[in-house]
Amino acid sequence: MTRPYTPAELMVAAAAREIQDDEVVFVGMRLPLLAFCLARSMHAPGAVGLFENGVVRDSPAQAFLVTMSDGPNVTGALWCTEMREVMGLMQAGRVTLGFIGGAQVDRFGNLNTTYVGPRGGALRLPGSGGGSDIASLARRHVVIMTHERRRFVERVDYVTSPGHGGGGDWRARTGLPGGGPSAVITTLGLFRFDPVSREMVLASAHPGVTVGEIRAQTGWPLSVAPDLGETAPPTEQELAMIRTFDPEGFWTGARR
Amino acid sequence: MSKVLTLAEALRRHVPDGATVVLGTALECLIPFAAAHELIRQRRRELTLVGPISDICFEQLIAAGCVRRIVAAWVGNVQHGAAYAFRRALEQGIPCPLEIEDHSNFSIALALEAAAQGVPYLPTRSLLGSDLLSTGSRARVAPCPFTGVPLVLVPALAPDVAILHVQRADAAGNCHAWGPTGVSAAAGKASRAVIVVTEELVDPAVIRSDPNRTLLPGFLVTAVVHQPWGAHPSPVQGHYNRDHPVYADWHARSASAEGAVAWLDEWVRGPRDHSAYLAKLGQARLDRLRPGAAKLAEPVDYAC
Repeated sequence: MTRPYTPAELMVAAAAREIQDDEVVFVGMRLPLLAFCLARSMHAPGAVGLFENGVVRDSPAQAFLVTMSDGPNVTGALWCTEMREVMGLMQAGRVTLGFIGGAQVDRFGNLNTTYVGPRGGALRLPGSGGGSDIASLARRHVVIMTHERRRFVERVDYVTSPGHGGGGDWRARTGLPGGGPSAVITTLGLFRFDPVSREMVLASAHPGVTVGEIRAQTGWPLSVAPDLGETAPPTEQELAMIRTFDPEGFWTGARR
Repeated sequence: MSKVLTLAEALRRHVPDGATVVLGTALECLIPFAAAHELIRQRRRELTLVGPISDICFEQLIAAGCVRRIVAAWVGNVQHGAAYAFRRALEQGIPCPLEIEDHSNFSIALALEAAAQGVPYLPTRSLLGSDLLSTGSRARVAPCPFTGVPLVLVPALAPDVAILHVQRADAAGNCHAWGPTGVSAAAGKASRAVIVVTEELVDPAVIRSDPNRTLLPGFLVTAVVHQPWGAHPSPVQGHYNRDHPVYADWHARSASAEGAVAWLDEWVRGPRDHSAYLAKLGQARLDRLRPGAAKLAEPVDYAC
């Protein structure tokens, strides 16, 4: 069945709904940036975005962005400062929500963007960037990634960005100030975390995706919420807005 | 006391083989690509590169065989994700073996800030529980002496030289930069020598007209290089936008070691210097990168 949106557009819409009005959001590039722009234009007009390069803005950029340091992200910003300022504010608890992506994630939401495979013979990935800082320091964070079995593993090969560690109160015992991952948005579904065990739980499957398909792409016995729902697809208005921020589908994929 | 040198001369004097160099300090903008390319032309070897994320600048220096060690949070191509040259060097030693000291963006900022402030380390609550502390990192976990909470102590990092791209500087190195500056100021204060590469060489009165805009005062700066378009293909606010197709081209061609070398031969080793590189790009292409109508800040009044 053909749907009037791409998987990435659905993910952007779902990510935008995680942003509440007036939140202070640490925005990553790609889909999180589009999610911030969408939320700011729809239901969260008071949201403020912090970028790790030092840009702080409360309005979507007026032209397409490939990176957070592109000119249009600077024009009309509220503040252009240093990295230590925005990271320091996040460390002080002033950032309520951060977004990160990863190559590998595990059942407790730990993320790997550094080494895949056995130590010594591993495949090298680009590394943390600001991901580990966002995962450590934001009051909560949302993970956005492609859902494949090789990426959804029982235990990540390398913890670049800590989630809930080994589960339970691991973060508190480790001394991490931030609350950890609150949701994982993938190409197949939306996941949240059990409040006690901190294990990832399937909260909603995207339209047209079955629980069986999601389980087949997940490398551990996946828990499913008793009130499992279907992820709401992007509305026409949301789609129109996403396409103004990504007119060529550079980040959200071919659709025309 | 002019500190103005040509790019080639500044790098010959201040970036010897084996030097620890911090560059790409404003993340995806103001990347001193002209300097990186000149280091490749001068066949610099055994460098340690320091930076938060480098975009394709570190990739190109690695592919050219200039680098022995990387101290960074992220190495690759921001537009496309992949880090072909970085991977080939780390995994296969092509074109030469590479070591990595893994960081996060914040820990790089703190390492430079500690050196800038003259303290042996700065503490953070980031990175606790992360394996980043186990792969080449010099950071340590220790309890806070006041509260007992666990902290990561990030040791100071003082590079031999910082290469910083800015919009304008005077001949003494007093410089203005605008837009996000990432870790640029900390990098400049932490380093033993600072090379400022500037789009515009201006009269000192221009700097004095707006001292709040100053990235670094000249007493911290060792050399000044006037190099318009010196950050291309990265963007410089008010001067030129990002030339995205260059990153796509590098992505496509650096997938193989031969392709990366061919790219460097064509775009770096072929052109004699940055002017020749710009001539090869062509005026029409450069014109397309120029920003639209000026968006001037409201003047501020420094009257007394």
